[in-house]
Amino acid sequence: MKSGIRLKSAVCDTEVMVIHCDADVVECGGIPMAETKPATLGTLNAEHANGTLMGKRYVDAESTCELLCIKAGKGSLAIDGVSLAIKDAKPLPASD
Amino acid sequence: MNISLLLEMAAEMFPDRVGLVCDGQRWTYAELLDAARGASVLIRQSGAQYVSLLDESCEAAVIALFGAALAGLPYCPLNYRLADGELAALLQRIAPALVIGDETRVMRIAGSQGHIAYSRDKFAAKALESLQNRASVDENLAEDIAVQLFTSGTTAAPKAAILRHSNLLGYILNSVEFGSAGEDEASLVVVPPYHIAGISALMSSIYAGRRIVMLPAFAPTDWLSLIETEQVTNAFVVPTMLARIIDTLASGAETDISSLRAIAYGGGKMPLEVIRKALGMFPDVNFTNAYGLTETSSTIALLGPEDHRAALASDDPKVQARLGSLGQPLPTVEIEIRDENGQVLPPNETGEIYVRGEQVSGEYRGKSALDDGGWFPTRDAGFMDEEGYLFLSGRADDVIVRGGENISPGEIEDVLLTHPAVADACACAIPSVEWGEAIGIAVVLRDMKARPTDQELKDLIRDRLRSSRVPDQIAFLQDLPYNEMGKLMRREVKKMLVD
Repeated sequence: MKSGIRLKSAVCDTEVMVIHCDADVVECGGIPMAETKPATLGTLNAEHANGTLMGKRYVDAESTCELLCIKAGKGSLAIDGVSLAIKDAKPLPASD
Repeated sequence: MNISLLLEMAAEMFPDRVGLVCDGQRWTYAELLDAARGASVLIRQSGAQYVSLLDESCEAAVIALFGAALAGLPYCPLNYRLADGELAALLQRIAPALVIGDETRVMRIAGSQGHIAYSRDKFAAKALESLQNRASVDENLAEDIAVQLFTSGTTAAPKAAILRHSNLLGYILNSVEFGSAGEDEASLVVVPPYHIAGISALMSSIYAGRRIVMLPAFAPTDWLSLIETEQVTNAFVVPTMLARIIDTLASGAETDISSLRAIAYGGGKMPLEVIRKALGMFPDVNFTNAYGLTETSSTIALLGPEDHRAALASDDPKVQARLGSLGQPLPTVEIEIRDENGQVLPPNETGEIYVRGEQVSGEYRGKSALDDGGWFPTRDAGFMDEEGYLFLSGRADDVIVRGGENISPGEIEDVLLTHPAVADACACAIPSVEWGEAIGIAVVLRDMKARPTDQELKDLIRDRLRSSRVPDQIAFLQDLPYNEMGKLMRREVKKMLVD
């Protein structure tokens, strides 16, 4: 997937920007995300309903995918059904 | 990728939070985003190829930066301190541009170049008016050039350094945690808008959700009183500003600056004496030294608050010395020190600083300075210690080559500054028939101190360094020339010595 593209959830308000991603499909709330939002939202899968947090980065265990959440929602992010985790970032002091 | 994302996210998360204070006017993030969106319509309809700012720091800097990004055009703020001729030549290179700021001057010096000029107030008003036409103009989120900055160009025509959206966004996303600032946090911005630090300060503060308090022109008393009235928590200063703030406080200024939690500094070499004094005067403030260049989208290495305290508390000379260092590279940036043949040097050996990372553009209009491996030669000379702390010796171009021996001006200046009568010093290369280059020094004396003899200064350097470091020419000056960012203008000193 091209870095910089924005993907929208088909079940909630979640939007992400792709930092980098080898996979072709990212799911939110159990359903694939797309660059355009469907006219009617699908149903949130209860197993993928932990929510997304604005400004957090989400990664898979192998670091083949990194997404930035640019709009929060109720669904959680996954690839092939495996949930993505929030990336730990060591805070840096403000320098400018 | 587009840097407009930073303001969009802040406006989504904190629509009603005040994001900017300038001249007593307050702007929420939602208002700033509306103005930037309106500005993008105005910009797109104008037919301009660039968006420029010819003004001091003001709200227009934020609106123009993000308005240009949304319109898919480069933002190119210009230095209003330049002489008419120099400025007209730069305006010609970005024509036709939509120029915000001194419209009278733009028309007077570049009236035939096809620019559209607005005063800052007219621009903000027109941007908000244009918002209603937003539906008629598409946003252009092309992944292209976000910012173009002209280098100061002391030897040749100024170079147009280019920063792409991916460079700037890479820097901010990697170094700032979104929304991490509390609603009570405010950052005092006093660096000029045409400097990379002035641009990165806007983006970092907005992404962190930290209110920007703008001070268009620096004066220590204004700086101190804004800290008090706006309850500022964070500030960035250049070394000369910090020295003047300390002097003003020491001479009895009664300002309550207890809100201040962090001071970052950079832009030029910080004298050890100044930072030591500052640490003593503000024991509860976190100090951070930031090192970066235009071509690297701002900070690439930093010396954090813990490093400052450790250096001050340590008995180990190696740890103490780090107070004069640039700190360690950011986790997302790689730094190498190389010799003239491009070989990577081991710790503690001086060479040229090379840097690589997402935020590093290393690119000018029409030409990239990156090598095949993606490394940018900074033209700064320095070394790294065993733990990766970076020390700056000066510009690679400033190294004095005397009879084949490389001499860093910094080592001579550091010794001169230990003399009780010396307030400031500069060493530079002067032409020599015998050595190719020889050493010239310019010295500024402390008030009320007797002038040392030339021989006394020569002996000091010979004793502390070695005979090859002894200057051939010594001049005593009232002041050394610094630019507005606190950078010593060595070439000007050299010119004075040679003439």
